[in-house]
Amino acid sequence: MKKLLLAAVAAMAPLSAQTYVIRNATVMTVSKGTIRNGSVVVKDGKIAEVGEKVTIPPDAKIIDASNQYLMPGIIDCHSHIAGDGGINEGSTSVSSMVDIKDIINPEDIAIYRALAGGVTTANILHGSANAIGGRTLPLKMRWGKDAQGLIFQGATPGIKFALGENPKRAGNPTGLPINTLSARYPATRMGVEDVIREAFNEAKAYKAEWDAYDAKKARGEQATAPRRDLQLEALKEVLEGKRFVHVHCYRADEILMMIRLADEVGFKVRTFQHVLEGYKVAKEIAAHGAGASTFSDWWSYKVEAFDAIPFNAALMTRKGVLVSINSDDAEQMRHLNLEAAKAMKYGGLSEDEALALVTLNPAKQLGIDQEVGSIEVGKDADLVIYDKNPLSAYSKVQKVLIDGNIYFDRDNEVTAWKTKEAEKQKLIEKERQSQPRGGQGITTRRPQQ
Amino acid sequence: MKQLLTALLVCVVCGFAETPPAVAIHNARIVTVSGPVIAKGTVVVRNGLIEAVGENVAVPADAMVVEGEGLTVYPGLFDGLSTLGQPAAAAAPATNGGRGGRGQATPAVATGAPAAAATPIPRGPEDRPQTTSWVKVADEISGTDRRMEAVRSAGFTTVASFPTRGIFAGQGAVIDLLSDEKPGEMVVASPVGQYISITRTGGFGGGFPSSLMGYIAYIRQIYIDMEYYRREKAAYAKDPRGKQRPDYDRALEGLMDSPRILLPANRAVEIERILSLARELKQPAVIYGGRETFRADAIAALKKDNVPVLVSMKWPEKSRDADPNEGDSLRTLETREKAPEAPAALARAGVKFALYSDGLESARDLERAVKKAIDAGLTREDAVRALTLSPAEIFGVADRVGSIEKGKIGNLLVTRGEIFDERTKVEMILVDGRKYTPAAAAPSGGRGGAVTDGAGNGEGIR
Repeated sequence: MKKLLLAAVAAMAPLSAQTYVIRNATVMTVSKGTIRNGSVVVKDGKIAEVGEKVTIPPDAKIIDASNQYLMPGIIDCHSHIAGDGGINEGSTSVSSMVDIKDIINPEDIAIYRALAGGVTTANILHGSANAIGGRTLPLKMRWGKDAQGLIFQGATPGIKFALGENPKRAGNPTGLPINTLSARYPATRMGVEDVIREAFNEAKAYKAEWDAYDAKKARGEQATAPRRDLQLEALKEVLEGKRFVHVHCYRADEILMMIRLADEVGFKVRTFQHVLEGYKVAKEIAAHGAGASTFSDWWSYKVEAFDAIPFNAALMTRKGVLVSINSDDAEQMRHLNLEAAKAMKYGGLSEDEALALVTLNPAKQLGIDQEVGSIEVGKDADLVIYDKNPLSAYSKVQKVLIDGNIYFDRDNEVTAWKTKEAEKQKLIEKERQSQPRGGQGITTRRPQQ
Repeated sequence: MKQLLTALLVCVVCGFAETPPAVAIHNARIVTVSGPVIAKGTVVVRNGLIEAVGENVAVPADAMVVEGEGLTVYPGLFDGLSTLGQPAAAAAPATNGGRGGRGQATPAVATGAPAAAATPIPRGPEDRPQTTSWVKVADEISGTDRRMEAVRSAGFTTVASFPTRGIFAGQGAVIDLLSDEKPGEMVVASPVGQYISITRTGGFGGGFPSSLMGYIAYIRQIYIDMEYYRREKAAYAKDPRGKQRPDYDRALEGLMDSPRILLPANRAVEIERILSLARELKQPAVIYGGRETFRADAIAALKKDNVPVLVSMKWPEKSRDADPNEGDSLRTLETREKAPEAPAALARAGVKFALYSDGLESARDLERAVKKAIDAGLTREDAVRALTLSPAEIFGVADRVGSIEKGKIGNLLVTRGEIFDERTKVEMILVDGRKYTPAAAAPSGGRGGAVTDGAGNGEGIR
């Protein structure tokens, strides 16, 4: 039992990176084409060599991937998994003081399931209840590590904005409290725009105060630091380009509004999220320099999401927008490879272009493409082995590596089922037997919470 | 009729303490906790203090002598976290219309009415939502709390009583369980800490904060504000001339007055999260809850930061109303199986911990709960320590309570048989040297007597 536990722990949290050579695979590098019968050397957590022929280090463990496919780990630009206690701070229209980083739940089973679907990195976003939402960050799906261990070190943090129905319906048009639901400005799209503009007016004043203080200090003068305000601090970082803005949106008009507003205020939108009408304003999105992270064919779940087409990703790509396909959902997250494949059918993207939608492009959108997103020497060894072409509905994930450590292995997973089930039955039986006869438990009965 | 009379008599006996000039327990086994066990010795309590303890202590002539043959004397038990002594409705309403910050682990003192329409809804940290950090339990304490009787009968003489409603609920006090005395006499030390809760209360709408991350952001902002406030005040105090005086902020004052903060965490993930927050806040912290402290990662984290933990004795159980066809996950089953192992694991690892009742009020339930931890590997000595000296140390009152030492407060528990055994009978309780006889029911006797039931119904916790 104890041995088993130890083994489980060891499997869950690899201690140090082993040197691996993944051999004879169809290596889909995404950035540099596909090598039909290629090998990849993984050393110290990084990709050390890629090619048809590689030098095998003496201490390397060989993973034979004959007839299998190797691709870079999938990156999900929009996810809400791995959070505790709610991902919406919906009580206020500007919740930039809250941070997803504070509520990471490394034990969320969705992490392991995403991993089993080939996802190695996910951008964990605040919800869309308010015009300016909370702080966000990308995580690596290092199942078994603690919260700190999931954080994608060095990645630029983000912030969630939201336009349209969600931020306005969280208020209500009457402006008066209805039952327990309080009135929360804004109740219209105009109001959403105003909330964002006003917040940045405040943030600019806040920034000026701090800039003056920093300048004084730099000159060696006496100065007292202004009061730190967590809400405005995040927006100051946006103005300084230190925090990426991810904007939840649907309609073309609100996308244009956001671009104009960002230009007016003086920041760049990093990505438009959902952006189902992006195909109508692709040129404008590209001109602003924003990325677009959309769904393949998921729409009509509310009025603003009706005018959507499956060609969205391809059309935006052709107009020069950096496009990714995201999940926004723990289930969809497990087959993003297939979501990407749909862009080949609808819009005729190439294999590489389709794969880039869930690997290199989201990496670029998150500013982590130097580390991940493609199979290139020097990048993190975040790799997925599929038994068949990952763009096929018949493919299954076999192994997933992050930083050169195996975090998911289908073989181990399947063989562990029996022992886990036996362990469970043992506990159930034990509990049943220890229950006092006559059902007399502890006498105090109180609500749990 | 006869029954009623007996009940009345019992109440009279329990309710009023005898106050002899001195009490000497003679020839008893004495578990001092701070030192070795004295196999046969004498304890003398005079004027509420322990006057002498040892093998060869003379019995004073004026003392009421208790023949200790077959008896064991322990320090009075200390409940590490409780709401005892707080009249049900006393907790001050949160400033922003009691949105009922439900206590995470400890039952809240009677929740107030839902937010009145007229109360402004907090929009952000600046509105100081769910904050009553200035409230001192010591100011609200009362000996009329009817739960006290039952808890004292289980051997408890002392509790750390905290307000539990709101994010910054207020300042706790260590109190002695004296009935019908002047409330001021009950207070052993105050304030001993600030009770913080981070319970999520809602989603869309309502006031700030409504999510866990909102709670954490709020707590963080309050501490930032406190640092700023402290600096402003100091600058003004140094040279007030020509300066705008900083506004007095009772929320921050209340926090500044608190020698330590109590933060909730049950799962290992929560423990690590709260420890990381506590590191940021730079105020001595104590964690309460501690359900998964049987796990090595949780213990390692606590040990690394040297943060003590108050472990709830309300061990997780399968809900009585659980659907028999609904399976629990392996994780849930493991937690239920292993939670009572936590105290033993903490003791082995050398992490400072104390046990707390977490709403268990009858002698029988308390005794069973401790027994469960002992069955799961906790030594009896460590169990006693976790309910005496350890909580005293955690709350900084080990110089006056928690062990049987000369000069400490005369809080004693006298039993026939070893403590936490099913057949053990509590013979006598001394609180501040005042002698109480336990309520009619023995620890193993049914539901802990009529008094418990009455108290249970009287508390508006739901």
